[in-house]
Amino acid sequence: MPGPDKETDLTERIEAFLSDLKRGGSGTGPLRGSAEMARETTSLLRRITAQARWSSAGDLMEIIRKEGRRMIAAQPSETTVGNMIRRVLKIIREEYARSRGSSEETDQQESLHKLLTSGGLSEENFRQHFTALKANVIEAINELLTELEGTTDNIAMQALEHIHSNEVIMTIGRSRTVEAFLKDAARKRKFHVIVAECAPFCQGHKMATSLSKSGIETTVITDAAIFAVMSRVNKVIIGTQTVLANGGLRAVNGTHTLALAAKHHSTPLIICAPMFKLSPQFPNEEDTFHKFVSPHEVLPFTEGEILSKVNVHCPVFDYVPPELITLFISNIGGHAPSYIYRLMSELYHPEDHEL
Amino acid sequence: MRSHHHHFAVSTDGPDKNDDVERAKCEGKEMTKEEKQRLRKEKKQQKKSKEKKDDAASQESEKGKKSDGKSSPASQPLPKPTTQKAPSAVPAPAPFPMPASEAPAPADKPAKSKAELKAERRARQEADRASKQGSKKGEVGPQASAGKPKAPPSELQPVVKRLPEHMQVDNPDVLKKLAKKLERQQIPLRLDYGYKVSLFSHLHQYSRKAPLTQQLSIPSTVIHPAIVRLGLQYSQGIVAGSNARSVALLHAFKQVISDYTTPPNEELSRDLVNKLKPYISFLNQCRPLSASMGNAIKYIKKEISNIPSQCKEEEAKRKLLNCIECYINEKIILAAKAIAKYSIEKISDGDVILVYGCSSLVNHILCEAFEKAIKFHVIVVDSRPRLEGREALRRLVQRGISCTYVLISAVSYILPEVSKVFLGAHALLANGYVMSRVGTSQIALVAKAFNVPVLVCCETYKFCDRVQTDSFVSNELDDPDDLIVTRKGKTQLEDWQQVDSLGLLNLVYDVTPPDFVDLVITDLGMIPCTSVPVVLRVKNVDQ
Repeated sequence: MPGPDKETDLTERIEAFLSDLKRGGSGTGPLRGSAEMARETTSLLRRITAQARWSSAGDLMEIIRKEGRRMIAAQPSETTVGNMIRRVLKIIREEYARSRGSSEETDQQESLHKLLTSGGLSEENFRQHFTALKANVIEAINELLTELEGTTDNIAMQALEHIHSNEVIMTIGRSRTVEAFLKDAARKRKFHVIVAECAPFCQGHKMATSLSKSGIETTVITDAAIFAVMSRVNKVIIGTQTVLANGGLRAVNGTHTLALAAKHHSTPLIICAPMFKLSPQFPNEEDTFHKFVSPHEVLPFTEGEILSKVNVHCPVFDYVPPELITLFISNIGGHAPSYIYRLMSELYHPEDHEL
Repeated sequence: MRSHHHHFAVSTDGPDKNDDVERAKCEGKEMTKEEKQRLRKEKKQQKKSKEKKDDAASQESEKGKKSDGKSSPASQPLPKPTTQKAPSAVPAPAPFPMPASEAPAPADKPAKSKAELKAERRARQEADRASKQGSKKGEVGPQASAGKPKAPPSELQPVVKRLPEHMQVDNPDVLKKLAKKLERQQIPLRLDYGYKVSLFSHLHQYSRKAPLTQQLSIPSTVIHPAIVRLGLQYSQGIVAGSNARSVALLHAFKQVISDYTTPPNEELSRDLVNKLKPYISFLNQCRPLSASMGNAIKYIKKEISNIPSQCKEEEAKRKLLNCIECYINEKIILAAKAIAKYSIEKISDGDVILVYGCSSLVNHILCEAFEKAIKFHVIVVDSRPRLEGREALRRLVQRGISCTYVLISAVSYILPEVSKVFLGAHALLANGYVMSRVGTSQIALVAKAFNVPVLVCCETYKFCDRVQTDSFVSNELDDPDDLIVTRKGKTQLEDWQQVDSLGLLNLVYDVTPPDFVDLVITDLGMIPCTSVPVVLRVKNVDQ
């Protein structure tokens, strides 16, 4: 029978994805980029929509939420997974509402009156069955996938608007988005890039070799020299792991120092982040915010017996408050950090913030 | 001063005397005293002729005042204070080679005459102003300093500072002059290595794999073996840290002095200083001198030149060795004790103290505080590529102090736990900036953002009368190959030399602005960053 085979096939794929998540996030920084992660998550969700057994939108949302919770638990620091799940849930809600015929406007705008009288959207609305819903949802997810494919190019296309000639641009670590951004600008303009190597993983080295092979004048500096060199820098362009709901960042460690140095010299700090990195989390949960990896990276075992008497920390991420950020460049254009909350309300439904 | 009688000599040397000098140089022997004197005379005359041309314009007013000014004592203030300060450390553009600091005295002729021209112009301006006012104030100008042994601090002389050679690498004339001077002193010239980032093309960049000693011939007659060893230790980084380098230097000089014998017909006070000059050039080539080393050398030279001529050699040597011992004891060891005493007042129970890198002074303070049974926790911050923090970590853990260790990129994660930051300094500049290991300014910046007090500990012998506002104009570039690292079997930057547009930058120092620093603890007490020029002034008056 095709049914159970499909189901076992589906569960196998989900399990494979989960174990991949658990393995991939451990140790030396992201082994694959967030874009790839987002694409894989979305295709998996499309497969779930296509192959799982559900009769109404509510069922589908339940299934996706359940799987989503497991995925997030496998690798909490990989926020793109959670973001994609929330996007798909929003898609489902929209398609359902469209099938029902009610306009999206009234559903979205939660006026104070509505909040007090009706207590939000009622759950049983999602119990109706629509035959065309599956096809619509899958089509919408395909659109989402196409959007994901083009994010890096969309951001890179805006490069010439922000980089003029003879600039000195500083960046830290390795971000594929920023790499594409700078390479695109280098086709028409001549500028100089300073890359901070970002110990202990030294991702900056790979970034520097890649940029210099495209003919961009690159200099590698140590993390300690960031402030010393900042007075000659015109712009700081960095990528990030996550954009938080308040406009702050969760970025690779060392970024907060870079942002403070840029603020001190009044140098603009520009973040190249595609929309799928926007997460409805706030930074107040101290215990879930930071991720640590083996202190062997910082103080290797060759150091001997002092290891047992010393605490060693190796955090992976840094929090950068929104006051230090000048501009976000995403695939839908440039925004100020104060606008992030509005974008979030367009991408995710408030009830999905907590899965 | 020995050369007063040369002051207005006009005799010119014949061309045959020049050949003698050239021959001596080619033979590789040390030039005899006569040949050196002849060289000096020639140079002086060339300078004199230039001066005479410039003097022609301002002759009347100057000459008139000179006769009065020479008789009146030195402390007459100028009609208008000049914009430049007059610390005694700077060599005035004198027409005769005074035993100045390590800057090449007879070699930089064009640069010197430029400086002299400036001094000339200023002298003319002052003279014009003075003549307008109709007052007979003290004259300015190079001739003036002939009458006075040293300018007293109350008079502001228009001292024109000569730019040190190690900051003018992009000027080919300066490089040529340096090469000539080193050739005369028979010291090999160290070549720059690797692609230099354009912002730093005015600084040297050497490779550690090519030490200067490989180019020395064995046996080297010019350089004392203790100095050769010291130079090698500097260039390979075996002796690092400004206190360690200064102490090593002083010990090597003690060795040199005890092995020294005065050649016949020479005076110890003059000859020994001249012997030290090539050593200092050699050490400079191995690794640029630090501010503390510069001050120590100035002190030694002063002590040597103050030896009275009738003093017997044994006694003179004993006196010098004693002086050096006193210097090390006072300025470094006792100063450390005094600073520790002041700092311990600032450390209380339950403190979490952040330190950066390995500063001998800060380690000493922490160990002393631990002896006094204060309970505190230390966070050691470290940075690539030197990873000096590990050395500090070892020393502290050995004493039993509880420590945490992070890299500098994690400093904003760990700072909310920190109550105080203690930093060491390489030098304190006259405008209040702190010159220290690269990364110090970054830590001070982040500490300021988190409102954590920053305390800098520095002995007074590291105070320097230079001024600097950024980390570019004067810095040290270390071997760029240090940045290369192999992770998981892959070395990304291995062939960085092959790639045209890739450069590696390995800075050694940076400057911290005074608004990041809350307090400077010195052996004279606890002062704010901005009081450094006051301390310098007080020290100069004492000397």
